[in-house]
Amino acid sequence: MSDLTACERLDIIRHKNRPTVNDYIPLIFDDFFEMHGDRYYGDDGAIMGGVCYFRGMPVTVIAQVKGRNLDENKKCNFGMPHPEGYRKALRLAKQAEKFHRPVICLIDTSGAYPGVEAEKRGQGEAIAKSIMDFMTLKVPVISIVLGEGGSGGALAMGVCDELAMLENAIYSVISPSGFASILWKDSSREREACDIMKITAEDLVRLKVCDGIISESAGGAHTDPEQTAENISEYIFEALKRKLKKSLDELLNERYNKFRIIGEFQEADNSAD
Amino acid sequence: MLEDLFSVVKTRFNGEQTNEEKKKKTDIPKGLLFKCPRCSNVTFSEDFQKNGKVCPNCNYHSRLTARERLDITIDKGSLEEFDADMISKNPIDFPNYEEKQKALRKKTGLKDAVITGKATIRGEQIVIIVMDSNFMMASMGSVVGEKITRAIEYATENKLPVIAFTASGGARMQEGIVSLMQMAKTSGAVARHNEAGLLYITVMTDPTTGGVTASFASLADIIIAEPKVLIGFAGRRVIEGTIKQKLPDDFQSAEFMVEAGFVDMIVERKKMRRTLAHLLKLHRQGGGLNE
Repeated sequence: MSDLTACERLDIIRHKNRPTVNDYIPLIFDDFFEMHGDRYYGDDGAIMGGVCYFRGMPVTVIAQVKGRNLDENKKCNFGMPHPEGYRKALRLAKQAEKFHRPVICLIDTSGAYPGVEAEKRGQGEAIAKSIMDFMTLKVPVISIVLGEGGSGGALAMGVCDELAMLENAIYSVISPSGFASILWKDSSREREACDIMKITAEDLVRLKVCDGIISESAGGAHTDPEQTAENISEYIFEALKRKLKKSLDELLNERYNKFRIIGEFQEADNSAD
Repeated sequence: MLEDLFSVVKTRFNGEQTNEEKKKKTDIPKGLLFKCPRCSNVTFSEDFQKNGKVCPNCNYHSRLTARERLDITIDKGSLEEFDADMISKNPIDFPNYEEKQKALRKKTGLKDAVITGKATIRGEQIVIIVMDSNFMMASMGSVVGEKITRAIEYATENKLPVIAFTASGGARMQEGIVSLMQMAKTSGAVARHNEAGLLYITVMTDPTTGGVTASFASLADIIIAEPKVLIGFAGRRVIEGTIKQKLPDDFQSAEFMVEAGFVDMIVERKKMRRTLAHLLKLHRQGGGLNE
């Protein structure tokens, strides 16, 4: 695995030819039927979802969409979902639960959209509900961070049994520019933020957030999308094998504990201040 | 005083005051006045305190410390605090985080941004969670997440309702991704409490934003807010930056959230204890249909 800094990885995942879910879905899954709408308000182009086969097994795929040009980005709002996106994701997850098929979430967003309409339609509530309901969803959930995993907007699709990251992907409490903006009131200090945020796949394995790292083709996924897709497919296959043999109680308890153990604290203040 | 006298003398001698002198004249001892962050009305701090820290002009309910909140909410002496000594480590080795924590612990007398425990309200047993914005804007790091999760788990095991007074700037940046995961951890605990059929009420106080809005705060059976408080997901500055225009003053207010359908009711501070007691009583017996 290459030995790059967080900043160098940021450059790779922002490469203009970085593969998106539009490339990966046909390479990894067969007969994808896309479903639209949250049944409450509308359809969000920033999250696509549907049913398909994975190596012959029916699965539900829910994926955050990024565009490669302005037209595509207009449709998917630069990969920043509105509440109806998260509500669609949850609807499809519940549908998967009803029909006993696993859910594969593909994460790639700098964050949920910060806008007036998004607030009015309850961005906070939509994310919260998604987090809570994925926690008790009665089928295996595998999440993979493809590029950027930013903030609650990523976590809403990251409550899962196993979370893997592509080798150069990042996953963070907020986008590096948002981090710089909050802490130093200067969003241009993004690269500095990258260095201290601990956002690479290796960092996140150490922090017990990430369970597996998926290799990209040499130089980054854009150099060989097929190879990278093959690696993702292999990971999903192995992860599903691990999860499908568990009882439902085991599965849900382990999912709960996966998040339950995260946090670093001490029970008593010994610092004598 | 003396300065004022001098300036009178100076005016007599020199006629017009310079700008600098005018500025000096408006210097007021710190803490004497309260300026409302919602309506900018200025009142004497003493009157504002007597009014329960509520702006007499616009009814904005300003921030209370967690101790002040407990004092006006639960039965006197009923608190059995949980995890009172828990403090944070530095999970992502953020520069100066330990020092900052230490200084704040000293300054605020708090170990972190939340107090949890078992208590009663008019005799009704509850688990209570109160966040305190004086400690790093009550951002949610490991300690906040762990204490809230443990409190909710305790409530689930002991079949108790949970009342959470929320206030938070969101995730704690200094704990990076570990902070984000506290959203999942707390929400997971709420999911189990919910599946056990137990009552969960949140009272959103100023400000309830970011990762706290996007996790346990929004997942209650009943969501109450104090008048005029700020409730939202994305920060105002961030949204203004995105849409390139100023937002109206009432954007993301409690009233805005009621209209949008995300808050059940707005309750004034002086009626809060009574309202909570009534709701607890109403849910105590379970639904009549169970019998």
